[in-house]
Amino acid sequence: MAKQTKINWSKHSQLIVPLLSIALIVLFNAFRDPSFFSIEITTNNAGSTVLTGNLISILNGASELAILAMGMTLVTAACGGQDISVGALAAIAGSVFVKVLRAGEITPVTIALGFVACCVVAMAFGAFNGTLVSAFKIQPMIATLVLFTCGRSVAYWINGGATPTVESPLINAIGSFIPGVPVPTPILIVIVTAIVLALVFRFTSLGLYTQAVGINQRAARLNGINTTMIKLLSFMILGVCCAIAGVIAVSRLSLINHETLLLDIEMDAILAVAIGGNALSGGKFKIAGSVLGAYAIQALTITLYAMKVPSTDVKAYKAIVIILIVVIGSPVVKAKLSQLWKKIKEGKQGKEAVRA
Amino acid sequence: MQNDVVLSMRGIGKSFPGVRALHNVDFTLRKGEVHALMGENGAGKSTLIKVLTGVYTKDAGTIHMDGVEGEVIIRSPQDAQQAGISTVYQEITLCPNITVAENMFIGRGKGALVKWKDMEKRAGEILQSLGIPARPKQQLGSCSLAVQQMVAIARAVDMDCKVLILDEPTSSLDDKEVAMLFSLMRDLKSRGVGIIFVTHFLEQVYAVSDRITVLRNGELVGEYEVKDLPQVELVSKMMGKELEGLSDLVRDDTPVADTSTPVYEAAGLSSAKGVNPFDFAIRKGEVNGFTGLLGSGRSESVRAIFGADRVTGGKVMIDGKSVKVGKPIDAMKQGIGYLPEDRKDDGIIADLSVRDNIILALQVEKGFFHPFSQAEAEAFADEYIKALEIKTASSDTPIKSLSGGNQQKVILARWLLTHPKYLILDEPTRGIDVGTKTEIQRLVRKLAEEGMSVTFISSEIEEMLRTCSRLIVMRDRHIVGELRGTELTQDNVMRTIAGGGD
Amino acid sequence: MKNNNLKRREPLTDTQLLMTITIGIFFTMYFAAMAIWGGGFLRWQQVFDMLNNNAALIIVACGLTVVMIGGGIDISVGGVTALVVMSCIVHMNNGGSIFTAALLALGIGVGFGLVHGFLISYLEIQPFIITLAGMFFARGMTTIVSLEPQKIAHEGFQQLMKTKIEIPWLGYIAKKGNLIPARMEIGVVIALLIVLIIFFVLRKTRLGRNFYAMGGNSQSALMLGVNVKRTRFYSYLISGVLSGIAGFVFMMHTGAGNATNAAGAEMNAIASAIIGGTLLSGGVGNVIGTLFGTLTLTTIKAIVTTSGLRDPWWQSITTGAMLCFFILLQSVVLSNRGKGGLKKMVPQWMKITQKD
Repeated sequence: MAKQTKINWSKHSQLIVPLLSIALIVLFNAFRDPSFFSIEITTNNAGSTVLTGNLISILNGASELAILAMGMTLVTAACGGQDISVGALAAIAGSVFVKVLRAGEITPVTIALGFVACCVVAMAFGAFNGTLVSAFKIQPMIATLVLFTCGRSVAYWINGGATPTVESPLINAIGSFIPGVPVPTPILIVIVTAIVLALVFRFTSLGLYTQAVGINQRAARLNGINTTMIKLLSFMILGVCCAIAGVIAVSRLSLINHETLLLDIEMDAILAVAIGGNALSGGKFKIAGSVLGAYAIQALTITLYAMKVPSTDVKAYKAIVIILIVVIGSPVVKAKLSQLWKKIKEGKQGKEAVRA
Repeated sequence: MQNDVVLSMRGIGKSFPGVRALHNVDFTLRKGEVHALMGENGAGKSTLIKVLTGVYTKDAGTIHMDGVEGEVIIRSPQDAQQAGISTVYQEITLCPNITVAENMFIGRGKGALVKWKDMEKRAGEILQSLGIPARPKQQLGSCSLAVQQMVAIARAVDMDCKVLILDEPTSSLDDKEVAMLFSLMRDLKSRGVGIIFVTHFLEQVYAVSDRITVLRNGELVGEYEVKDLPQVELVSKMMGKELEGLSDLVRDDTPVADTSTPVYEAAGLSSAKGVNPFDFAIRKGEVNGFTGLLGSGRSESVRAIFGADRVTGGKVMIDGKSVKVGKPIDAMKQGIGYLPEDRKDDGIIADLSVRDNIILALQVEKGFFHPFSQAEAEAFADEYIKALEIKTASSDTPIKSLSGGNQQKVILARWLLTHPKYLILDEPTRGIDVGTKTEIQRLVRKLAEEGMSVTFISSEIEEMLRTCSRLIVMRDRHIVGELRGTELTQDNVMRTIAGGGD
Repeated sequence: MKNNNLKRREPLTDTQLLMTITIGIFFTMYFAAMAIWGGGFLRWQQVFDMLNNNAALIIVACGLTVVMIGGGIDISVGGVTALVVMSCIVHMNNGGSIFTAALLALGIGVGFGLVHGFLISYLEIQPFIITLAGMFFARGMTTIVSLEPQKIAHEGFQQLMKTKIEIPWLGYIAKKGNLIPARMEIGVVIALLIVLIIFFVLRKTRLGRNFYAMGGNSQSALMLGVNVKRTRFYSYLISGVLSGIAGFVFMMHTGAGNATNAAGAEMNAIASAIIGGTLLSGGVGNVIGTLFGTLTLTTIKAIVTTSGLRDPWWQSITTGAMLCFFILLQSVVLSNRGKGGLKKMVPQWMKITQKD
């Protein structure tokens, strides 16, 4: 029994880093302001009972990031590189969604139609990125630079200029609360997405194939895996994630602003993957880690906001956190540290030997 | 005579954890000679070269050079260069994007500025005097591989090298290019440069070398004048078997009547990796082998069978029916399995668990949408861990933390799990302990008895003779012979490998 | 061997070939624009305006070219430029002199260059992550320095801004019949000077050639005796310094600073360098090509506007399309290199016929 728990623990050791980061932030806040975590039950403008509080806003605010981090983890694992166009792609998807909704009346059917349309468009753009990466062997970050450069303009173009709005209680239900449900809908969407993804992993060999391609592409090919296809697939799944994130972001504000929608989220998504203990050079991955990483980032952001740091300055602090993480993770530093550790150990043993 | 010696290495020893790579090896190089360094895999050639070029530091022994008082200390590649030892590797270690002249002079000399005119003039002179068909201003990448290699040699010559090491320079060259390289080598010889020539091609050794030093298992076998050492004797020295007294190993099984339809049959098969079109067939329950020295094309041939390299031509028949095998998955669907030669780069998925590594091939065959359940995978893994006695803490352990032999067994398990009709094993016993080796050999015989067709490749002839009932002999990427039944003697095999010279 | 071997015309190197393609495309486009739309395109002032508006971009792109030739990437350049602009304006508005502002600009650039160079070359961390963090840090710092848009109040500097070099013989006769001379800003002189200096460094100095060798094959470069780590360090240092100078030049052009200054400059600079024939994989490229890359990009934008596609999104969509075209072109060139494929792409008249 004891042995069993030990094995399980080592299996999930990857999650230590994100859990530790969250714990640190929680501890910090607990000392700074104990009321930080209080959850209140209030009645919102629409008259329904809802949950509010910092904790809820962390969970709620990180929704898009968590969903993007899931897809980003797959791309990272399969290609050993990252997609920097996710923000732009989410803007495109959001625009398509809005375009479809504005074509007629907003009903559950048109919303479903809009969602399918933006998924298809986002998957097509994902396939474009994936083709550049897998067939033309361009580094992922460079390949996705194209869409990064022009994606938001494409989003602008789709809606022909303005920042169109989509007003409807149905959209509010997606962006904030479903009447009668006290939990913000984006949180529910994250849970649904996670379950769907879990089912995909359960009923296909996606996990095994992706890791095999990411760790040893040559061996994967010799075992009959179509490595090009797997990379393409990872980008298309990320495309769907972008579509979902785009829809949430649009629904929150009931409008699409191509320039500010999920701005700079690509960096946070990559950071979430890294904090989640996944190697940015690809290979083994744990999506749960990335999701936890996403919440850790959001917790950090909300904490900084709570400390009255202006939202524009948050970037600078995040940059420092990123640098710290990658420096500690750098092989050179790791080697130096383990050398140092060895020396200390040897020194101790030496002293003990002398004593003996 | 002694004055001619430009380099003398005495009693060189070098060990790595668990392996003694070199033990008490002597090597002498004279002015103006081409000295071939020969040996099979693991003989210690590359270790010796690396000791000489400062990549490794030796554990024991001394190195002396002409014109240097006392011992020569070589701790880094830079030290070696300063001592006048230059190396040209099989892979071009030049930059393809800059000009020929720059490649000859970059990283040398002082001053902040590049004197293009002087540099190009000097480069032109050297290239012309060595008869190298390259122009100084030409981008290196636009030269053929042979010319690139020659440019690397020209760089070495200009750096006043006394000892030039050519480490398998001809592996990727065609006949004409090899001839060009040889004429350059002869030219350098006449200028008094001592050349150490490492190659796997026997004919080339005899075409250009004056002397041969043979290593085996990290020890010196001997130094010979080329004219005193016939090709077949060289092979026997590399393989470690004397020609006399081998006939007792003759096997007594007579060839089986070959009337059944072959399980696998190929005609005129060729691949992008430069193997010449070949015909091949294997019958049910047969164990055959591809033999030949390293680089003879034995691995490339089986890779072509499995579709591991891009197949460029030929017909394939499985059980008499014509099929197309262009990629590994095609071969797998036809019931072919392939254990690659390079376990680390082509075989294991290092970070994945033993279990995932075992089920990988079968999972791919079964299809993307039909994953094994955890329980099924566990059952498969446990079955084979037990059957092959794989030593691992659990099926969850990452394969990279297993020993080489156990990793190999995992890869073997991966293919056995797919129950192939035809299994190709390329050097399954390389770099693993003796116990596991015999286990694998026994397993191969057993599988054949159960009706599986197996192709078995090994650098050790003895092992091949023990396991195979038919041997296909390759030399310089051609099939040069096929031995079966009573013809299967070490003597015969070596003569066929060596070819020509008696 | 014949003696006239040395006097034969050499086929173009990859660098020269890609640069030639770009320059060819630029002139074709420009002359086509002159023929079709005439008007502004016929005046020299059009060229000078292109230079006036893009002096800072040219400088930044030069730094990026150096980094990219060495096989790396630096996407912090836009952020650093913005930080320099804001810091210098705040400094001068608080009584600093032009000279100390220039020192400050250089100092910030050097600082970023040093940190990037150290982390990337000596700790061997992926350049993309480090410089992305650098960009975030710089952008965050910009708003920390001042969230409010700042306008330069320093009189001496305003004088400097207004100073323009007039070139009468390249001017044109206005409708009223008076001659309007072509005007060029001081920043352009600085930018062109930097192009020349970097061209000299890349062409004539050992360091410059080491950049090429390192980008071509860093392993080989190491074997050939190049100090790869130090060379890489210098490439990021140069890029940092040039971003600093670019910030100063940017300030001389706009005279105002706000948080979104030089937004997207990094991607424009990368696009300029790529279009100018710099390979992302390193080892191939030239600042003259980059200069023309910038001009090509600007010309395209001008053409897009002139041709009636006035909607704001067309510019960056065209940029993205151009970028994609050049990335694919380079991928094809790359995959054919070594197979003699590149040779086949060289027109017949450039080839030398091997007679023997």
